[in-house]
Amino acid sequence: MSSHSVLISEPKVIPTSDSASRLARTWRQPSGFWGWFSNVHHTAIGTRYMVTAFIFFLLGGVLAAVMRLQLTRPENNVLGPDAYNQFFTVHGSTMIFLFAVPMMFQGFGVYLVPLVCGTRNIAFPRLAAFSYYLFLGGGLLLWIGLLTNTGADAGWFSYVPLAGPAFTPGKRADFWAQMITFTEVSALGTAICIAVTILRHRAPGMTLNRMPILLWEKLVISFMVIFAMPAVMVVSSMLLLDRLVSTQFFNPAVGGDALLYQHLFWFFGHPEVYIIFLPGTAIVSSLVPVFTRRHIFGYTLIVLSVVATGFLGFGVWVHHMFATGIPQMSASFFTAASLVIVIPTAVQFFCWIATVWNGRIQPKLPMLWLFGFFFVFLIGGLSGVMLASVPVDWQVHDTFFVVAHFHYVLIGGAVFPMFAGLYFWIPKITGRMMNSTLGHWHFWLFFIGFNLTFFTMHFLGLRGMPRRIYTYSPDMHWNALNVVATSGVAFMTAAILVFLANFFYSKKYGELAGDNPWAAGSLEWATASPPPHYNFLDLPTVNGREALWDAEPDQAIVVGLRDDVPEVLVTNSLDSDPEHKEETVGPSIWPFLTSITVSATFVGSIFTAWAIPYGAPFVVITLIGWLWPRGHSPMTREEAIEEYSHG
Amino acid sequence: MRLYVQLGIVIALALILFACEREQRIFRNPPPAEQTLNTIQVSGLNPGANPIATPVPPNTYEESAYAVAEGQKLFDQYNCSGCHFHGGGGIGPPLMDNNWIYGSEPGNIFATIMQGRPNGMPSFRNRIPESQAWEIVGYVRSLSGLLPKDVSPGRSDDISAYPSPQSMTKQTPIGVTGNPEQPK
Amino acid sequence: MFTLSRIGGLSHLLAIYQASPLNPGRHSTLNPVAPQAGNIEWLYWVIFWICFGAFVITILVFFTGAARKYVRQATPLPPIKEHPADGIAAWFVGGAITVTVLSLFAVLFMSIITGKKVEGATAERNAVTIQVTGHQWWWEATYPNWQANLTVTTANEFHVPVGKKVVVLTNSNDVIHSFWAPNITGKRDLIPGYSSAFSFEVDKPGIYHGQCAEFCGLQHAHMGFSVVAEPEDQFAAWQNQQVAPAREPTTAEEIRGRTVFLTHACVMCHTIRGTDAGSRVGPDLTHMGSRRMIAAETLPNTRGALAGWILDPQRIKPGSRMTPNPMRPDDLQDLITYLESLQ
Repeated sequence: MSSHSVLISEPKVIPTSDSASRLARTWRQPSGFWGWFSNVHHTAIGTRYMVTAFIFFLLGGVLAAVMRLQLTRPENNVLGPDAYNQFFTVHGSTMIFLFAVPMMFQGFGVYLVPLVCGTRNIAFPRLAAFSYYLFLGGGLLLWIGLLTNTGADAGWFSYVPLAGPAFTPGKRADFWAQMITFTEVSALGTAICIAVTILRHRAPGMTLNRMPILLWEKLVISFMVIFAMPAVMVVSSMLLLDRLVSTQFFNPAVGGDALLYQHLFWFFGHPEVYIIFLPGTAIVSSLVPVFTRRHIFGYTLIVLSVVATGFLGFGVWVHHMFATGIPQMSASFFTAASLVIVIPTAVQFFCWIATVWNGRIQPKLPMLWLFGFFFVFLIGGLSGVMLASVPVDWQVHDTFFVVAHFHYVLIGGAVFPMFAGLYFWIPKITGRMMNSTLGHWHFWLFFIGFNLTFFTMHFLGLRGMPRRIYTYSPDMHWNALNVVATSGVAFMTAAILVFLANFFYSKKYGELAGDNPWAAGSLEWATASPPPHYNFLDLPTVNGREALWDAEPDQAIVVGLRDDVPEVLVTNSLDSDPEHKEETVGPSIWPFLTSITVSATFVGSIFTAWAIPYGAPFVVITLIGWLWPRGHSPMTREEAIEEYSHG
Repeated sequence: MRLYVQLGIVIALALILFACEREQRIFRNPPPAEQTLNTIQVSGLNPGANPIATPVPPNTYEESAYAVAEGQKLFDQYNCSGCHFHGGGGIGPPLMDNNWIYGSEPGNIFATIMQGRPNGMPSFRNRIPESQAWEIVGYVRSLSGLLPKDVSPGRSDDISAYPSPQSMTKQTPIGVTGNPEQPK
Repeated sequence: MFTLSRIGGLSHLLAIYQASPLNPGRHSTLNPVAPQAGNIEWLYWVIFWICFGAFVITILVFFTGAARKYVRQATPLPPIKEHPADGIAAWFVGGAITVTVLSLFAVLFMSIITGKKVEGATAERNAVTIQVTGHQWWWEATYPNWQANLTVTTANEFHVPVGKKVVVLTNSNDVIHSFWAPNITGKRDLIPGYSSAFSFEVDKPGIYHGQCAEFCGLQHAHMGFSVVAEPEDQFAAWQNQQVAPAREPTTAEEIRGRTVFLTHACVMCHTIRGTDAGSRVGPDLTHMGSRRMIAAETLPNTRGALAGWILDPQRIKPGSRMTPNPMRPDDLQDLITYLESLQ
């Protein structure tokens, strides 16, 4: 077993033809220690994202469990105020920046999008690899910070003036701000790769009207990332500049503005939660047709809803700032916008219900998780309607009611679909099915524990318990509800342990999956499990919205691509007509080396501004190595005739 | 893979054990057991051909960015800025230059604050607790760049026309004789 | 044994009932004592029932649909492109969308109307004005008066007259805090560099707890305050009492206590008007003997709690701005006697 495939079994494809063995040789990824860092195939990078993000999920969960222990009793002494502040900040930052986006968007996206598009690799493979290494660097930065008492401690949104130079001494807020830079650049890189793959590398015949909803969602999310991430980069850089070189962006005494931080942050922050939620709906829209055995109802409506959510997500950010004393008229505008954004999500819900009503459901484990998603996210969305109302928000803002709301929408909207997606696609990734009995135990333990913990928090918020307090007085009578909330932690921990046991057991002893264990309709199920490094032996073409279900018996395949150099087909954005062939890159160590130099520059700039001029030449050197032209492989004479005779 | 997991755990434990001195928050000290005041030597004049310098107590607070930032706040709250302004001096001598009349070592500054000095520096003994005085000492030293950059505080949130201690270049302290201070 | 466990179980149930919103209890958004909180509570329940109805209908429809179409067969059925009843389903989906849109409009309009009622600018000329300034981690309250010597300055305990309009002006000395008394009205952030105003009037006399609701650092958890609503004459008496300088010490212990105060670190941070102590770093202690609680609603104002707080505040509120003050026991006793005499 080569060291790079620690979690993926070796592709079990037995080459049945010379073409297959040639493709396997052309598209092979190197093995060995340095080979691991040169891998640019999307399946490897996607699995790395998923594994790393899941590890951060576990770490963030441990922090949450300790926090719940601290809050179980009034005036408890499990954690002092300094430790508790670091714990809740790192918990929130980990879950949002190091788990939710990397797992839902980057992990599932990088793995699935090229397969669902019917192409051999993601666009810009080296950029995809580089994005992964930056994400890993950002995560290590934050967690090494926590372990060395430099954990960020001003909340996951790190408001100024508290996080400013006067009130957070040391380097804690700087570690947080640079972690943002790492993860934000990583997300931008992935967004570019995914957007270009979806727009230009789809299988012929996959017009926009026939594109799986998963691809629509990833496309919309990519654009949301491209527009939202720069805002957080700007605001975290302004914070760093204030702290390191005494700029006055947020100093109210000399004309700076503490509220500017909140506007800039939430202009990113709200689209961010849709960047986390839309991949969840993508998974739901992908799985519902498979388990109701029909095309999804209301394809056009769902696509329009997704696009509308993408746009509207940028227009609601002030609902995080209703208590700051902004004028009523502007606040009401954002109430209206926050209520309007409910409508596209409601439309998607109604379409799913109609699909279920007019379909035929067979009991399968991923569907159970979708039921859980339905129940949990609906509660979260409805508590969001309550929060959209300004007067109600004035009472429950910054209390455990809000904590309950966002855990319902984030865990309901991302974690439940994530588990559904994992049980659905792990057979494709590893080649073996997960155990269904253990999966049912996992679901029920998690569902019960989650509701015990977070439903109680609605009551705590209404009874006046604010957020981010490390303890409370026994006179507040919050003790009993906090005990109930902590009891759910035991169930959720057990659930996750069951899942991990299931995963490791099934990887070795699970029943072999075969190509298409669920009889699904999208293109990733048209190849072996796990997919070989060339993805498809014959690149498919598409006839309808569910490629495999709508395929003709004599469905065309793509011919004409070379199999001795890595070539992909570039197609038209709208109709997916073939346009030209493009040689893509093979394994390369330069993304990793560039990530080292960029990380060193970023981390150095926490301590001194000189890191930027000293680090830049090294970054330039590694970029030169990356971008050095490789030339094209020589064409055969027949190809040259074909290429140049069509004008 | 098991090797990598074990390696990860070992590294994590090592990081926890060697946590950053810069980031420690010292909220309370055990009550002072002894006065450090009388052991601090201010000047070099004493009888005998070979003067033996008495050791000057170090300032453990200088390793903690939190403590130095507390010193920055206390400097304003206890109205040191009333006479020394924000280091530029006014009624009292400037503190951000390299002229140290009574010595730049932490113990010297501590003695200055606690004992007071001729020409107007009041004595704050029993007014400012010793731990807070050490924090102010750390801040005063950072004003002329004597502390490492990552421990020195950044700008404060007021209308301030002085460069933040983080950006001050380190200046060689000069004693009352006009020569660089001798190491004690 | 059986009886005891029954009683134990009942007391747990009682505790959960007392904690649930079925029993709003003292400190709660669902126990309004002012029309502002009352309006918000009404709006909350209306939106809650709309959402509850939406939830029940959606879940019923979804799970009914799922249960109807459950096929207990392991091998996957052949997939279909569309169902004959899809046209009918389209009408239902359209209807559901319409109902959703109308409900959301209703929520929007009710929110705007309630918002105007709650935050209504007050034209009342005789409103009591309180300037609240947030500090890390205590509340400074000033009752400005056009006559400077009638301005009340106090900390952490705000007295208001029952039935009369109160206007609060917000400011902050350091970081963002948030003034929140859930029984009275919604919260308002205290942002340095910004000043905003909101108003309320309390209908029922009583003592209502409030807490800081914007994370402000190490002791955000222990930054509470209380609003004492009392009849107008009592309020006027309280104001007169607060305006006066500190009561002169009469007994020997009190005189010694004042000397302790003036010769220890206390004067560096606290004001007692009528003495030489004039620092504005910490709360004003001129009338601290008359307050119910100390340390921003963390401890009751009793001799023991005060002694513990003065000697070692870092044990109770680690990270707060007050240092430990070791002193001789007799000095401490005299000091406490003096402070308690500052009514």
